[in-house]
Amino acid sequence: MITIPPVHLAVVAPLLVVGVTALVVMLCDLVLPANERTWLAYLSLFGLIGAMLIGTQLWGRQTSTFSGMFLLDNFGLALTFIFLTVAVITVLLSVAYTSDRGLVRGEFYALILFAVMGMMIMATAGDLIVVFLGIELLSLPLYVLSGFARPARDSIEAALKYFLLGAFASGFLLYGIVLIFGATGSTNLLQIASVLTKGAHNSVMLYAGIALLLVGLGFKVSVVPFHQWTPDVYEGAPTAVTAFMVAGTKAAGFAVLLRILLVAVLPVRDVWLPAIAILAVVTMTVGNVTAIAQQNIKRMLAYSSIAHAGYILVAVAAGGAAGTSSAIFYLLIYAFMNLGAFAVVIAASRGGEERLAIRDYAGLARQRPVLAAIMAIFMLSLAGFPPTAGFVGKLTIFQAAVQNGLTWLAVIAVLNSVVSVFYYARVIVFMYMREPEGEPWPAVAGDGRRMLALALGICVAGVLLLGILPTPAYQAAQTALLNIL
Amino acid sequence: MIHLAWLVPALPLLGMILNIFVGRRLGRKGVGLLASAAVGSAFLVSLGLFISLGGLPHGVHQAEQTLFTWIAAGSFHVTVSLLIDPLSVLMSLVVSGVGFLIHVYSIGYMEHDKDYRRFFVYLNLFVAAMLILVLANNFLLLYVGWELVGLCSYLLIGFWYEKKSAADAGKKAFLTTRIGDVGFALGILLIFVTFGTLDYSAVFSQAPKLLQVGGTTATMITLLLFVGAIGKSAQIPLYVWLPDAMEGPTPVSALIHAATMVTAGVFMVTRTHVLFELAPFSQSVVAIIGTLTAFYAATIALTQMDIKRVLAYSTISQLGYMFLAVGVAAYSAGIFHLMTHAFFKALLFMGAGSVMHALDGETDMRRMGGLIRKMPLTGWTFVVAWLAISGVPPFSGFFSKDEILAAAYHAGHPILWLIGLITAGLTSFYIGRQVFLTFFGRSRVAPDLEPHVHESPSVMTWPLLALALLAAVAGFVGLPSANGSLIQSFLSPVVGGEGGGSFDLLLALLSTGVGLTGIFVAWLMYSAGVVSPTRMAARVRPLYNLLWNKYYVDELYGFLFIRPFRRTAAFLAEIFDPWVIDGAVNAVALVTDGASRVIRVWESGYVRNYALSLLAGAVIMLAYFVLR
Amino acid sequence: MIPLSHFMILSAVLFTIGVLGVVLRRNAIMIFMSVELMLNAVNLAFVALARSLHTLDGQVFVFFVMTVAAAEVAIGLALIVVLFRTKGTIDVDEVNLLKG
Repeated sequence: MITIPPVHLAVVAPLLVVGVTALVVMLCDLVLPANERTWLAYLSLFGLIGAMLIGTQLWGRQTSTFSGMFLLDNFGLALTFIFLTVAVITVLLSVAYTSDRGLVRGEFYALILFAVMGMMIMATAGDLIVVFLGIELLSLPLYVLSGFARPARDSIEAALKYFLLGAFASGFLLYGIVLIFGATGSTNLLQIASVLTKGAHNSVMLYAGIALLLVGLGFKVSVVPFHQWTPDVYEGAPTAVTAFMVAGTKAAGFAVLLRILLVAVLPVRDVWLPAIAILAVVTMTVGNVTAIAQQNIKRMLAYSSIAHAGYILVAVAAGGAAGTSSAIFYLLIYAFMNLGAFAVVIAASRGGEERLAIRDYAGLARQRPVLAAIMAIFMLSLAGFPPTAGFVGKLTIFQAAVQNGLTWLAVIAVLNSVVSVFYYARVIVFMYMREPEGEPWPAVAGDGRRMLALALGICVAGVLLLGILPTPAYQAAQTALLNIL
Repeated sequence: MIHLAWLVPALPLLGMILNIFVGRRLGRKGVGLLASAAVGSAFLVSLGLFISLGGLPHGVHQAEQTLFTWIAAGSFHVTVSLLIDPLSVLMSLVVSGVGFLIHVYSIGYMEHDKDYRRFFVYLNLFVAAMLILVLANNFLLLYVGWELVGLCSYLLIGFWYEKKSAADAGKKAFLTTRIGDVGFALGILLIFVTFGTLDYSAVFSQAPKLLQVGGTTATMITLLLFVGAIGKSAQIPLYVWLPDAMEGPTPVSALIHAATMVTAGVFMVTRTHVLFELAPFSQSVVAIIGTLTAFYAATIALTQMDIKRVLAYSTISQLGYMFLAVGVAAYSAGIFHLMTHAFFKALLFMGAGSVMHALDGETDMRRMGGLIRKMPLTGWTFVVAWLAISGVPPFSGFFSKDEILAAAYHAGHPILWLIGLITAGLTSFYIGRQVFLTFFGRSRVAPDLEPHVHESPSVMTWPLLALALLAAVAGFVGLPSANGSLIQSFLSPVVGGEGGGSFDLLLALLSTGVGLTGIFVAWLMYSAGVVSPTRMAARVRPLYNLLWNKYYVDELYGFLFIRPFRRTAAFLAEIFDPWVIDGAVNAVALVTDGASRVIRVWESGYVRNYALSLLAGAVIMLAYFVLR
Repeated sequence: MIPLSHFMILSAVLFTIGVLGVVLRRNAIMIFMSVELMLNAVNLAFVALARSLHTLDGQVFVFFVMTVAAAEVAIGLALIVVLFRTKGTIDVDEVNLLKG
């Protein structure tokens, strides 16, 4: 006789709220007249904030449902909050962006919401198959969103490249899952851990599985050498989508990476640790060095995001409570910095025309002093200057690495962040120390400017607050680990 | 009073914030006044701290004020706390005091600049950053101040970014000090690895237990920290940014050279002297680099014709003295010289600024001369600074420089002492040359400028007078007495009551003699020689011979000293500097750039190539995991 | 009974053929079909492993993979159609605007 296991819908309540909102947004899109589409943004915000509120009610609870397919713990919730924050900011800056570029289409917000749902599934997944489903639910909307600016050629190119390489990487990921399944007889993360602790596994198959899994996940979080799609896609995709991808996808990918490496295959840490450490070094170095030569700001930020993936890998390598909490903390900071920087790119545009070359930022300080100051804050934070959040975030990561005996890795990371100053400072130099070229670009009044300003405000507040008073957020990140399942 | 310590860095910050947000409504005058008032009140609070230090219970010499917990990550706990002890209070007095005078001076100097408000915003931030640096009670906060100071210097040196040279100078300062900062950051990292904490008190109390005297760890930590100091305080080989830094507005040069920024390195070494004392090797490195820099920079200063450039090399040279002092464990002497140097160097720069103000930005000393008649205040205060830096008693430089030289001698470094002594002679010579060329003798000012030469407004001359007073009398706190000088006993709770500071009449006479000789030679060459021969001849007949002799001496001197010197100096300034040191900086940039380009070829844009490298990565991963 | 290793080897061979197809083919549709081949290699391995481990899980997972693959087809083909409309070709080597 088959017994149906009990289902706690409460566990997946935030997930359901986001999913339902996505469906409602799609339906409303059919009935709303074309010039009333801003309501879809409000509706999305409503759903996202609702999901956040429900999430706060679940904080501290610890359970699982659907036979261990979904986990409810603070780790998943903490990341869920990050994803929802990212989504809220993305929606806020999309209204202005889509109306400037003539991309007002209802499915935009629905796709964003589905992608967020995918991220949330990834962070709360208790089973490799659910991880896979989450990744696909995240990726499929992103393929479409990357090409959202069609018929612009670079947007379509970005979508195609992302799609083909993403599907390719998914193949590796799935093969990795299959091998782990074969080696341990399970795809449940907790069961894998217990099988590995007993030592009853086929090690060659297991290690091959872990290797391929890392390839697939490394692709999602842009780890060198699986990173090559990143600059092309980030450059070609619509800027609002790029912002969402930079902040959201990375957080989701690392959520899975952390959960798998630090829960499921923790017993064989000795095996994967050197690989992760080397990947961290290569990723940081390639990302930073390549970023120096970039002329396009989106591309520069793409390489910078690769470098930052390297820093977070340092935290993953450090492992333990310190490493994991610093990784979560850094993902939050990282989201604010990058969303903010892309929001400035959007805010500095003139109608549909964006300032894409770093050269275009010459003299911004004179034309739009507040915007330039905000951009400078984000650049300083990305470069890791005190007293911004970027400094504290890097500090906690380096400190975690030192504490766990990876001093050499911390030293390389320090050297790398010195290199990174070159290209972040360049933006500041252009804004503050160059005369503007050509006629000035005035600020354009358009739809959603207030929302864009709000998005910028949230990001600036986040970067400064987490830089000056980081302790509450960091302690939340630490409690997120106390009951990781 | 101690609990108000947080106001010291907070007030300039507040001034900055107010100027950002409401500065536009205050008008030009209001902006300058607000900024000056902010720094001035920080000075008053520092003064209050100074007084209340004396009011602490007997035997207690320091207090801490914890503002809030900054980062609490497991065992890693960093608070934002201020350490109020004699050293930090003295430093904040110097920084805010000299900073205040420079702010006031800037009100006049920058009067016609279009970016008046931006200037004062940066200036306030600069002072605030330096105050954070000196008041920190842990290495992390120290680092925060350190980085902020670097950032501000970049913004201020490149303030007139329309000038390419200014923008380049800003970049050069940023990049060069950044190299030092890497060492500094790694040093702090190593401290954390070794001690598990970054609090001064914890680190310093555990250091003797955890570190062996002369052990590798102690040497590594201190050398790395010193690399940071080399960058910030412009020592060999990272001094190259400082001479270019005068591309910024002159008040900025005064601030960078005198009160803030460059003194950070000397302060930091003094602050961490507990660690340095565990690493004798590092101490010798500090002393030797300091002495060499002092001499090297002085020789370069001999040949410069730019009024600010002479001063820039002079700063490097004087900083060398300070490092010599802290290298031979004469910390109070080092800090004492830091203080007196702050006074007379700020005075020199502001005097030079006043001259440039009058001459419409002219910096070439060959087109000056005789200015003292038209700008008496500027001229005579400049003379006071000259006497101070030359070590003429009873001016302040005499006491501080003499203490350093005596300490070096008594610490058993006669060679360093000798080089220091020679440098003292060179110093009084080149500043003397500057004084004679600029203020005395016949005017060589361009005819169209001549009628407009005027004394600067009183908002600029008052700070000059205040500094002249300080430069003249500040030395008396170093007046030797039975139980050490005032400054020694004041600083002794922090740096220990070191010996060697005892007054040595013979050495003092010797260094005074050398200083006076330098002045005399300068006079011979640049005053006596330059004054118009006809007037001279008309006045005193015998001086004709002297003039003749002067010419002869000049030739001889030129043959014997100046040519070789000039050659060395020219070699150092023109070959060694741009090719070896700038070359190294450029090479680093070139390598990164080249690597960057190579990697970009890899990023070809072809999907299949990307798939291929993904595959290659996967194969490598598989190979590692399966074959390990 | 056919031993598990045979299935696994077949699956690995299929997977490799798929991978090589992605790397070597220039036609976007062929690349995409090669990816599908990789996924089916995974499916084969899942089913075989499920049988040898005596658990149904693996067989259920195949359905998940197939569903996802179907969704991927829908989006992939749509993207390729859009590409063809704007560029007039589906040769991926012609898609080379973004680089560096």
